[in-house]
Amino acid sequence: MLRSFGSVLRRDIVVTGKDLVAFLAQVLLQPVFFLFVFGKLLTGLGYTSSGYSDLLFPGLVALTATVTAIQAMAFPLVAEFSWTKEIEDRLLAPLPLWAVAAEKVVFATLRALVASAVMFPIGIGVLGSIPYRAGGLGLLIGVMLLGSLVGACIGMTIGTFVPPTKINIAFALIFTPLLFTGATQYPWPSLAHLRWFQVLTAANPITYVSEGMRAALVPNIPHIPGWICLLALAGSLALFGTLGMIGFRHRAID
Amino acid sequence: MEVRELVKRYPKAQTDAVDRLSFAVDGGEIFGLLGPNGAGKSTTIGVLTTRVRPTAGQALIANLDVMTAPRTVRSLLGVVPQRNNLDRSLSVRQNLLFHAAYHGVPKAVRTRRAESLLEQFSLTDRANEKPELFSGGQNQRMMIARALMHDPKVLFLDEPSTGLDPAARLFVWDRIRDLRQAGVTIVLTTHDMDEAAALADRVGIVDCGRLLALDTPSALVRGLSTGSSLQITVEPAGELGMTGLLDRLGTLAGVQRCEQVGAEAGVHTIRIYLTGEAAAMVAPVVAAVSEFGGRLTGVEIGEASLEDVFIELTGRSLR
Repeated sequence: MLRSFGSVLRRDIVVTGKDLVAFLAQVLLQPVFFLFVFGKLLTGLGYTSSGYSDLLFPGLVALTATVTAIQAMAFPLVAEFSWTKEIEDRLLAPLPLWAVAAEKVVFATLRALVASAVMFPIGIGVLGSIPYRAGGLGLLIGVMLLGSLVGACIGMTIGTFVPPTKINIAFALIFTPLLFTGATQYPWPSLAHLRWFQVLTAANPITYVSEGMRAALVPNIPHIPGWICLLALAGSLALFGTLGMIGFRHRAID
Repeated sequence: MEVRELVKRYPKAQTDAVDRLSFAVDGGEIFGLLGPNGAGKSTTIGVLTTRVRPTAGQALIANLDVMTAPRTVRSLLGVVPQRNNLDRSLSVRQNLLFHAAYHGVPKAVRTRRAESLLEQFSLTDRANEKPELFSGGQNQRMMIARALMHDPKVLFLDEPSTGLDPAARLFVWDRIRDLRQAGVTIVLTTHDMDEAAALADRVGIVDCGRLLALDTPSALVRGLSTGSSLQITVEPAGELGMTGLLDRLGTLAGVQRCEQVGAEAGVHTIRIYLTGEAAAMVAPVVAAVSEFGGRLTGVEIGEASLEDVFIELTGRSLR
């Protein structure tokens, strides 16, 4: 079974490998512009304080990891189940159904980790320097990994529950709120004076990725404690992992 | 391979897509499921290939229940679906190689097997191209080649020649016959009676999820209450001669009944339904016509086909 699983994963890696540049351009364009405009340009012009880029960078890495994973999962899944039917050949392999789903999650997570790792050299290039703390490395890796896994499972949930004809509208309706309620551009504790928005952002799993990244990289900025972030992400993983698997089973077997 | 009292009702459906279907397929035979679109053929294949969960009943492949041992069952079967599901991101060769890898076929074996199947299915020339721009016939050949990469014991073909041009269709038919020679059990669905008659050792006729008849194509045709037929055109000697002729033809030994199906410019068309072979009845019919002073202008022999079997069973045409 491990050999079959490995072959299915190898197929995805081979296909992405042929288009690595396109893949990176697709996932990195938006965070790079964010970094440049909000981290560099506005700070240089004096509209934001010089510390803002330190606050923004961890949030953007978090956003890149999660959003890349969601996209890497949801779009191909919709296409493969509805239009190309490409997944059928893998569903007919002597693998348990959950293993085919797990491979998709592993692959989306790998993509997300690559994209978020590339954010570090890009951050140095755009900002000149980025916040880094060797002591936070363990937490950083843990949060990035869990954040990517949660993103993949959210993607699987969307990709299997939303009817294929509605996927475009679903993405438009889901993505914009997800983008701005994930504590990416602001630290969560600072929202105390805007209670309703603070409660709303607490429901977005990306908040815990952003805050966990800040706990790891810039602990002097007020943040949600790292262990709470890890716990919240583990909870999200259990929730969306279960939902995604239910959806996957539903689409795979009539 | 066996299906026992299989029932499938899709959620929200008013009727069963498959309704207590039972049949068994012997090792090494070509078994055809013949029926119109929506008869439940693809659903049955879906259950047998572990992709559709039955509502009731049992499906066994090599004595393994497809519900309780889906992984082992999947390793034994190859599937050629009705719709193209080739991997568009991979080349033709890679499609074959990855399929075998998913099934755990060792690298040396799959490389060798891929080359031999590419050759056999006339795909070697385009083996490094992606299947995007391929014709329906080429896609079909690729899907059959891919399904054979893990050396399945049972091959399922869902409407294997739908949409193919005559040459591509004959090519696919020849390959299917080769596979039977090689000992592969083949289950195919079709709504094309010619395909069923040409390929299948035994045919199960299904409609509305039910099995209506199951036998060899020739036995099914032989079992028809109306066998073959003759259609003649005559210029009778007056209207009186016409009635007398119809009465006379009806009393001939071997004639079941006859009817006038057309009359145009003094030329009448009569269809004669026979119990036996049509060719043997030509001479007595010709004699009867001249006996009544009529002039015979045409004779056409109509052999009964699976289509007639379907019409007799359901009261309507396959198409």
